[in-house]
Formats: sequence, structure tokens, C-alpha cells
Amino acid sequence: MAATQQFDEPVKTVPLLEARGITKIFDTLKANDNVDFAIQKGEIHALLGENGAGKSTLVKILFGSLQANEGGVLWDSAPVTVRSPSEARELGIGMVFQHFSLFEALTVAENIALSFNAATPLENISTRTRDLSTQYGLPLDPDAVVGDLSVGERQRVEIIRCLMQDPRLIILDEPTSVLTPQEADTLFETLFRLRDEGRSVLYISHRLEEVQRLCSAATIMRHGQVVDACDPREETAGSLASKMVGAEIDEVVHRESAATDKVVLQLNNLNMPSTHPFAVALQNVNLQVNAGEVVGIAGIAGNGQGELFGAISGEDVAANADAVVIDGHVVGNLGISERRKIGGAFVPEERLGHGAVPALTLSDNMYLARHASDSDDFQSGGSLKVIAKNAIKSATKRVVEAMDVRKSAENPPAAALSGGNLQKFVVGRELDRKPVFLLVNQPTWGVDAGAATHIRQALIDLAASGSAVLMISQDLDEIFEVADRIAVMADGRLSQPEPTANMTRERVGLLMAGSSDNVDASGEAA
Amino acid sequence: MDVWISIILSICAASTPLLLAATGELVVERSGVLNLGVEGMMIMGAVAGFATAQVTGNPYLGALVAMGAGALFSLLFAFLTLTLVANQVATGLALTILGIGLSGMIGEGFVGRPGIRMEALDIPILTDLPIIGKLIFGQDLIFYISIALVFGVYWFLFKTRAGLTLRSVGDNHTSAHALGINVIKVRYLAVLFGGACAGLAGAHLSLVYVPQWVEGMTAGRGWIALALVVFASWRPGRVLVGAYLFGTVTIGQFHAQAIGIAIPAQFLTSLPYIATIVVLVLIARNRRMTMLNTPASLGQSFVPDR
Repeated sequence: MAATQQFDEPVKTVPLLEARGITKIFDTLKANDNVDFAIQKGEIHALLGENGAGKSTLVKILFGSLQANEGGVLWDSAPVTVRSPSEARELGIGMVFQHFSLFEALTVAENIALSFNAATPLENISTRTRDLSTQYGLPLDPDAVVGDLSVGERQRVEIIRCLMQDPRLIILDEPTSVLTPQEADTLFETLFRLRDEGRSVLYISHRLEEVQRLCSAATIMRHGQVVDACDPREETAGSLASKMVGAEIDEVVHRESAATDKVVLQLNNLNMPSTHPFAVALQNVNLQVNAGEVVGIAGIAGNGQGELFGAISGEDVAANADAVVIDGHVVGNLGISERRKIGGAFVPEERLGHGAVPALTLSDNMYLARHASDSDDFQSGGSLKVIAKNAIKSATKRVVEAMDVRKSAENPPAAALSGGNLQKFVVGRELDRKPVFLLVNQPTWGVDAGAATHIRQALIDLAASGSAVLMISQDLDEIFEVADRIAVMADGRLSQPEPTANMTRERVGLLMAGSSDNVDASGEAA
Repeated sequence: MDVWISIILSICAASTPLLLAATGELVVERSGVLNLGVEGMMIMGAVAGFATAQVTGNPYLGALVAMGAGALFSLLFAFLTLTLVANQVATGLALTILGIGLSGMIGEGFVGRPGIRMEALDIPILTDLPIIGKLIFGQDLIFYISIALVFGVYWFLFKTRAGLTLRSVGDNHTSAHALGINVIKVRYLAVLFGGACAGLAGAHLSLVYVPQWVEGMTAGRGWIALALVVFASWRPGRVLVGAYLFGTVTIGQFHAQAIGIAIPAQFLTSLPYIATIVVLVLIARNRRMTMLNTPASLGQSFVPDR
């Protein structure tokens, strides 16, 4: 029936894949509302939208992980029903997931074998893995255990696994979020090569410059609907972004750096041995963060950022006390609560499970984070430590209002909030204390553009009000937008922070790749 | 010489039920399911096997029914934990308690009756060979099955596609689901296999080892089997070594008492658990070993996307 439907507008060629009227309803939420779009053969097509716009749902429907309530898909202009990912693969649709769907305990070849039918012997897969990975410039050892691989290498496994099925359409979900700029360039080369072979790519990304560089068509989604389709090369990053969020985004207002001479955080030759084989040892980390400034720490995931966060927040205690000094107090050997009591505030990367207990309500989470630093307000009855419910409730309400946290109930469990709203809450919970020093790791990871701007502005405002802010982030745009000075973490070492104005993306990229030696030299020269 | 042969034979008999139950549980845990009901499934197998042998006079039929009873009992566990997504630990414990009680009720009329023993193999000439004759050609059928099972499970897990699928489900059920693997089905099959193995282990107790029906006759062997799986860090070959190690300790304890070496029996029976704790500590110290050996989604319930 769908095949007989007339095209609304003339189309040059028959699209490889066409979605018509896809609707998917979860309980009361319309995750996809009558979505139409088409991917041409041999094109890199961008799917843009904020978090929660319905991109993932749409892609899952195309890939067969979810079933649409209404609507259908045309593949090569023939109607098809994709009931499962394996049916999608048989059609010729491959997918590279944002959160890798790899098995850590298995080898590369075993991982790849799992997406093939049972008849293919493992040896053949090893050989073909080697061949394909050389052919596309993505070297891989088929016998390596995936748990031992870096994030970039794991992505290669996903891509090779996908390519091995000779797909005609490859779906990539936020592929560059874990890569260095140089690694991303290699990926783009591969994508161009795939396009030149006549394959189509559906590219999901928040990074508008990338989309403009790669894609010749874009479909933009908002609130589950397709709101626009355009050629991203003819747009500006700003116009694409405003199409995504539906209004002009507020630019982050950056005041002149308000840095003062007062040192708030000082790290003196901070060394932390690695606690397990995959941890990164911190080596001679030195850093000063002054009141009134935001220092950004860039770096690829897994280069010691988590360990640095642990060492500064007190989750891991340093061997010598004076390695960490917060606001004049020597705290290297003290625990988290002691550090919070003297005005330290810490927002970890994982909001669910680390920053908040998923099953507990917002007010319970409020108490858990601030029971020590706000014990006067949040507890009564002296040593009985009776929880002062009303004080906590009102503090929670204050944070919710200040950060514009949108929630479904009065005091819902943390897990019930969307990622962006929970992140606003977790950051706001610390800002509400007006901390002397704030350390935040990945403040806007997986957060939609509106919430991200809100959080970034809040960090800048906190610094402007005289606090010191240290922000660890893998998002270079964010670092350049927010930080007054930038340092780069690579392999457990931290480069000396330099004023943002003196930094370029290329230089940060080199530092991220760990070429600290020549950077030190060039730093001297400059 | 004969003394040694009979000691070795009794070690084999003591080790076989441990080996069977542990190998079955290894497959279950490799698929990411923690079934603490081994003791319960084992004793259900013991009583079902004994009762069938009593009624039909055929111990082999008894062993088959025991496997069926173990599998049926594990099906209850599978339904509760996989379909209804109940907590695996609590359900497994309940299964053990239920099994011990239920088997006592079923077996009430059989207490004290002489058992029907599954006879050892007797092949002319071969069984009469000196020394190795009895050891290799003169044991009961379940012994041979248990040895073959270890190698079979090893081959299945690491050499076949189905085994790879099972391991993948145990490592990361979300990814396995995303690849189109039917996680629940794989786990159902694994749990049923584990149940059948535990049932056969029970049959070995009531048809070969003792052979009698005594209430609570598994006497904690199901728990030792569970500990053995961890001790073996989820590897079939090490389960074989572990089961025979503990079988040897059990038998050694009797003989040590006989010649007057007084090692407290409680110490020896607690050895498997101590050894397991030591192994757990050693594994936990090394993240790579944990990653390679422990099924990462062990004990976690899986609910597919809508």
C-alpha cells in the first residue's frame, strides 16, 4: 500500500531507504511522530536533534531493535518489515553504536563472528578482519581481547564488524564523541571511501562542524517530529543549531576573565599509582586554579581524568598530604567529607550511580551529597543526626528552580529524570552551596544543547562570583567556550595550562595525542 | 595395591556428583544466570531417581527420571527469574529450601528401603586387566558421563558457535540482545541443562554412591558444587581438577581418621569454601583476570526493550 503512494515532490533517484509515517509511542510519550525521511544511495546523511528528539528511537526502528506502532520502511522502494537486527543485517543495514555493543571478555574475531550466521568458521573471520582492517586503514589484531583495547580501537571493531557484512547502509551513532581530532579525521577518510563505493551512511552527531564537513543531506528532528531537511553545506553551524532547538540558542556570555591572585586549588607533584591494570597512574601533576577563573582540562577519555577527579575529590587519598591543597587547607590525606566541609564541591562524570543514587528521590540525593557540608541545615538533634526534611526539600526546590530542572513529579527518583535534567540537578546541587572550589567532570556529557548552555553559563557565573572552577571535559567546543585557561591530560600527565586565547584546536589535539615532549619545547619557544 | 585401587574408586565416586553438578552450574553461570538452587535440584534428582528405581527396578530409568526432575525443578527457577524477572539469588535459595522439603515428603515411604544399585561396568578381559582394568573399565555409567561431560562442555563453550553465543549472553546481555540473540531462550536452555546435570548428580548419590534414600542426603554437596564453579574461575578443566581435589579430601578424611590422624572433619568440609574465598580474592585483585573469567552479567536480570 505504501508503495503506491505518490511522491509529494519529484525525487532525482530512487532512495535506498525511505521511512514513511513512522510513529512510536512509549506509554504516553510519542517518541516518533509521523516521521518521514529518505536516504539516497551513496550519500552521507546526517540525523540531527537534541537528546530526546527521537533520533535513537528512529534508528532503533530502522535497525529492527524496536517496532514502530505505525508507518513503514521502503528499502530500494520495496516495503519491508524489519523485525530484528539480524533481519536488518540481512537487508544490508549495519550499525555502529554510540555505547559499544562489544563483549569485553571475547576476542575481536569472536565479537565479529557473533553477528554472522553460524556457518562461518572463526578462522575465516580472523582472516577477513585482517584484510578489511588493512584495506580501510583501521588496523586491528583479530586475536586481541576486546577488554584490552582502547576506545578508538573498539570503535574500529564495531566498524569492521559492520563492514564485513557488506552493508549498503551504515548507521553511526555519535561516532566521534570518543575520538581525538586525528582519529576522527581517519574515520572521516573511511566514511568518504565508503560513500565513494556507493554505500550510504546515516550519521548521527551533535557536532555541527562535522556534519557540515561530511554530510550532503540532513534531517533534523525535534520532539519526535521531523522539523526540517536541508543540505548542511549550505547552512551555518548556528542556523543548524537553531533548527535543532527550535529557537536561537542563547550564546554563553563570557565575561573578561575574573581571575584573581588568590590560589584556591593547588596540586603539588601529585602522584597516584594505578590501582588496576587499566587505570592510569597520575604522574607529577602540578596545577593552580585561582579564584575567579575556569580552568579546563581536555583529553581523550581514559587518560587519567577519572583518576585526577578521584584524587582531587578525595575518593582516592594521596600518599603525601600536601599534594592537594584546597583554599589553603592541606587535604591530600583527607576524605571527601572533609574536603567538602572546607568549600570543595565535586560533580563526577557518571550522574547515575556516582553523582546520584538512581532509585532515591532528588531530596534524598540532595542530603547524601551535602550531609557533611550542610550538616547544620540538613540535620538536627545534635549527635542524633535527625534528617531535617523540610530544609532539604526547600534546598531541592531552590536547585530545581535555579537550574530549570524539568521533572514529572514533585520529588521523583533520580532515575526518572532525563539525562539533561538530572545533570542540571547534580550540578545545581553543588552550585547552590556557593562552593569556594568546584570540580566538575564532563559537565554536559549526553545533555541536550539547551541544558548544556545553561550548565556552562552557570559554571562561568560561579567563577565570576569569585569561586575557582576546574572543568574536565572531552568536548573541545565546551572547553574553548567556557575555560579561561586550558590544560591537556595525556597518559596521566597534565600539560601546563595556557590562556584559551593562545590555544588552538590543533595544539590541543597534539597534546591529547600525548606528544608532550615537543609541546614542552614549543611551549618554551613560544 | 588393591587398597589403593579401592581408595581411588571411592574418590571417583565421591567426586562424580560434585563434578556433574558443578559442570552444569558452570554452563548456567556462563550464560549469566546465578542459580543457587543446585542443592535443591540435586536432592530432587536423588529422590526421583531412587523412587523410579524402586518402582521400576531399573536404575538407568531412575537416572533418566532424575535428570528430568532436576530439569523440571530448574524450569521453575527459570520461569521465575527469566520470565517473571524475580531476583536470582532469592529464588535460588528458595529453590534449595523447597527442594529439601519436597524431597523429604516424597521420599518418606522410601526411607530405610534397600536401594537398587547401578552396577559398575564389567567387560570381560578389559575389566580384569591389572590395576587399570577396574579404574578405566570397571566404573558405573554416570562416572563416564561426568568425565565426557566436562570435555563436551569445554568443546561446546569454546569451539562451537552455540557456545560462543552462550558466553556472549553471559558477558553482556544488552549487546547480545542488540545482535539479535534471544537472551532469554539461551538462558532457559542453560538453566535446564544445569538442572538436568544436578538431577543426574543426585541420582549418582542415591543410586551409586550410597545407594539409599536418606532425607537431606545431598548434605551440602550442591553448595560445594557452586563454590567449585567460582574456584574453577568458570573453566571446565579446572572444575574437573577442583571436583577431584575435594573428592580426594573427603575420602582422605575417612582414611586419615582410620589411621589415627585427627584432622577435625569440620575443617575438611570447610576447605572448599576457604579455597573459593582465596580464589575470589586472587581474581578480584586482577581486573584483567576478572574480566576474562567472570561472566560480567552474572546474576543480573535482563528485560528486553519494548
